[in-house]
Amino acid sequence: MVDSLYVYGRFLTVSVRAQMQYRASFLMQLGGRLIVTAGEFAAILILFDRFGSLLEWNVYQVAFIYGIVNVSFAVADALTTGFDLFGDMVKTGDFDRLLLRPRSTALQLAGQELTLRRISRLTPGIVALIWASTGLDLHWTIPNAALLVASVIGGASLFASLIVFQATLAFWTTETLEMMNTVTYGGVETTQYPINIYRPWFRNFFTFGIPLATVSYFPALAIMGVPDPLGTPIWFQYIAPVIGVGVLVVSLQVWRIGVRHYLSTGS
Amino acid sequence: MPQIIVENLVKHFRVSQRDTGVLGALRGLAHRRYETVKALDGVTFEIGPGELLGYVGPNGAGKSTTVKVMSGILVPDYGRCEILGLVPWKDRSRHVRHLGVVFGQRTQLWWDLPVIESFDLLRDIYRVPRHEYVKNLDEFVAVMDIESCLDTPVRQLSLGQRMRCDLAGALLHSPKLLFLDEPTIGMDAVSKVAFRQFIKRFNRERETTVILTTHDMNDIEAICDRLMIINSGKLLYDGGLDALRQQMSFERSLVVEMTDAGSPQVHPAAQLAMMNGRRVHIRFDPKQISAAALISDFTAHNDVDDLFVEDPPIEEIIARFYEGNDVG
Repeated sequence: MVDSLYVYGRFLTVSVRAQMQYRASFLMQLGGRLIVTAGEFAAILILFDRFGSLLEWNVYQVAFIYGIVNVSFAVADALTTGFDLFGDMVKTGDFDRLLLRPRSTALQLAGQELTLRRISRLTPGIVALIWASTGLDLHWTIPNAALLVASVIGGASLFASLIVFQATLAFWTTETLEMMNTVTYGGVETTQYPINIYRPWFRNFFTFGIPLATVSYFPALAIMGVPDPLGTPIWFQYIAPVIGVGVLVVSLQVWRIGVRHYLSTGS
Repeated sequence: MPQIIVENLVKHFRVSQRDTGVLGALRGLAHRRYETVKALDGVTFEIGPGELLGYVGPNGAGKSTTVKVMSGILVPDYGRCEILGLVPWKDRSRHVRHLGVVFGQRTQLWWDLPVIESFDLLRDIYRVPRHEYVKNLDEFVAVMDIESCLDTPVRQLSLGQRMRCDLAGALLHSPKLLFLDEPTIGMDAVSKVAFRQFIKRFNRERETTVILTTHDMNDIEAICDRLMIINSGKLLYDGGLDALRQQMSFERSLVVEMTDAGSPQVHPAAQLAMMNGRRVHIRFDPKQISAAALISDFTAHNDVDDLFVEDPPIEEIIARFYEGNDVG
């Protein structure tokens, strides 16, 4: 396990070094990404400037949830680029190369690339968190800080598992699955707002179906000390992030089924 | 005790048939038609430690399917495959630890990074002990002349340099088996010769078992002791190169540089195939007249400056072998 983590770290270092070979291109892409994500956040601010609040939520509370979701997604997105490329790797036969090495394919794919420019999403997320924390005058006790970290880990795990699920489908079909992208990116857009603003069926989908709201919205309430307008108990808000890690474990098991299918069909 | 045991391997592939045109594509969506292709049809062989084996066959013959099964990245439908006591696909991770693979068509090195960084990462992936890694690297650098490549990004290497680095990378963890898939494809003549020598050398000195699939028969002729020919999923031949030559009764050529131009007198058992100025090609069947008898007869009747006997290239022999076995 420790050895696997070490190798994973080595993979990522190598990936970062490779990207640094093209520094100018990297900086330009990073800049472009920054402008786009900052623009998204600015849009929320402008909305609040015009309307003052969103149901019972003030701008800082929304910014806090926005921050958790975007930091989670940025981490997951940067770490799973290998799975995004996986469909092509099957077509070109490069996936065989991973199978020829004495390491798990999931580890190698996750380590394939740490896409630095995708980390740019971290910046507006972190800025939003700090800004919201000051505005809400949050007290960073140890339980609160731990819950924030847990929430980001749970969120990142959940986003990562969605990407793993999507990649797994490539074992069975070569068609690109835009539907899964809709869920992932749509999930980011949706859950960066407090979910009680949506219609019940919609928020149930993101609470129970694809629990993206579960791992961000509920812990955020606990940290901010705001009672849930939907009435969930406080203990649930604390354990909610675990669900994200659970789904990731499930997705990796499904991935293994996919690999076994690949070994028997060879395509 | 054989290192590789392959017994009665069978593998089918389902290939989806697509109809042409828009209507056909729509029909394909509704229900897809499949055709079953038999890639391996009862392949059996054993390979001992330290053998250097050439594996040839036309495209789609079953070569790469066999190699994939032996690499643990493909599960056969029936049959047995045991390598160093392990079933490759059941124990993939442990199996591939003893395996080095070089693809001529694609590199396993990190394209944008200096070669040495790829080597360092491979060391960690295979958990190669430091002293072993240093010893291997020093040897490869000295033997394969890749010192100057180590700090160069892979994308800037010539093909010959890259393949040498790829070979070094595949051997860093001292594998017991080395699979080479068309390693010399696209190389210039000098690089090819050097590359073959490295393979021979590592095979001899480390007793690494080498399985070489290739379309370049010169690779086989230069380094392999044993040859397997596969076609349509069946092994057609498994044995030595010389035995194959003898089995395929074939004609040899006597090439003579005459002292003067003019029609030479040729033994009735042989025939004059070609005349080009003073150079004469004579074809003969060794079963009817031996090379020695033909030469003494020819030199007795003609003035000769120089002569030599030529075997048909191995390519021609194998091509005739396919024809003789009526390949479909």
